[in-house]
Amino acid sequence: MASESTITTSGYIKHHLQNLTYGQHEDGSWGFAESAKEATEMGFWAINVDTMLLSVVLGGLMMWFFRGVAKTISAGVPTGTQNFAEMIIEFINDTVRGSFSGGKNDLVAPLALTIFVWIFLMNLMDLVPVDFIPLAVAHGASALFGVDPHHVFFKVVPSTDPNATMGMALVVFGLMLFYSFKIKGTGGFLKELSFEPFGKWALPINLVLETVTLLAKPFSLGLRLFGNMYAGEMVFILIATMYSAGLVLGSVAGLLQVGWAIFHILIITLQAFIFMVLTIVYIDMAHQHH
Amino acid sequence: MNINATLIGQAIAFLIFIGFCMKYVWPPIIEALDERKKKIADGLAAAERGRHEQELAEKRAQQVIHEAKEQANEIISQAQRRGNEIVDESKDNARVEGDRILTSAKAEIAQEANRAKDELRSQVGAVAIAGAAKIISREIDDKAHTDLLDELVGQI
Repeated sequence: MASESTITTSGYIKHHLQNLTYGQHEDGSWGFAESAKEATEMGFWAINVDTMLLSVVLGGLMMWFFRGVAKTISAGVPTGTQNFAEMIIEFINDTVRGSFSGGKNDLVAPLALTIFVWIFLMNLMDLVPVDFIPLAVAHGASALFGVDPHHVFFKVVPSTDPNATMGMALVVFGLMLFYSFKIKGTGGFLKELSFEPFGKWALPINLVLETVTLLAKPFSLGLRLFGNMYAGEMVFILIATMYSAGLVLGSVAGLLQVGWAIFHILIITLQAFIFMVLTIVYIDMAHQHH
Repeated sequence: MNINATLIGQAIAFLIFIGFCMKYVWPPIIEALDERKKKIADGLAAAERGRHEQELAEKRAQQVIHEAKEQANEIISQAQRRGNEIVDESKDNARVEGDRILTSAKAEIAQEANRAKDELRSQVGAVAIAGAAKIISREIDDKAHTDLLDELVGQI
């Protein structure tokens, strides 16, 4: 909190929940939104720069790390970094082998690896104390570009942005559709949508039920991750607001933050794992003939 | 917290990462892991084979030792038998040789005795005659009595 006198608790929370959005203003000029209202008014063709930047940086980091291992990997005795990477790969491979029964598929395992590690890294940003990066960015921006730091938003955890989680869920949905059409054929897939679960005399009901089931998959996938991370981040922010409430509450907040952070290690790993396993299961279901 | 183009941007980034992972990350790593798995399996199989071979070799070695021992025993017993034979042979030889020596000695002795007898025979006449001549030198006709004596000698 740059200047406590001017920022209320609700303002602080709202500030933290606002993405750094770049888009077209009402008056037609392009630029960063300076308030939540402006961001909303920009409509669909705006972009959350913080989400994109952090997720791409984290994803790049992940790819750089694994590519480095892949380049130097040997079948001999593994050492340090290679050991660590192999541990993750083995874990993913075992999970895929356990959940995926659709025969040979070169995509599922790398997809699972990307999902797990990327989401884990994005979630991991949750453990960085809530003010560090936003304050650094805000003051950096005000020093570099002379903008008011109070109007620079920066959301550190990409997975608390529904755009990020739903974007990934949509890709998974696309892959599900792709494999459904590829494996079952258009006819097979449509038959599955129309003639199950109640047989061909209840075709409209079947169609409605199956379509809802199908569409529920990406939504549950993306919103589950978003909801968990958003709630977790919210708790961190609420704890952070206690720091300005005196020494006693501040110390309690410190304890709470450590406790919640430790518990959160479980949640971020679990959410990454759930997203990965559900993706594998959905793609496996797309491979199943009925 | 608005849905906006970030959705598309994220999807594209996600697709790129998947593609990269699928092409450049997963295959080499999983290949190395499989190779190592194979190596370990091969190593274990080789160790198993080695152990088996060692067992066989031990068995063979024991057999060889056993055979060698048997052979040695045989050789020893043969040698003992041979030794006994040699001893017996030499005993026989010695006996035969002794007998031969004894026989030849006896023959020699007999020969010597004969020779001595002959000599004695040849001389006894002369001695007797000389003695007799001395005893009865005066009245005895040499010639008549020599004949008599010779006859006597021939009877010996």
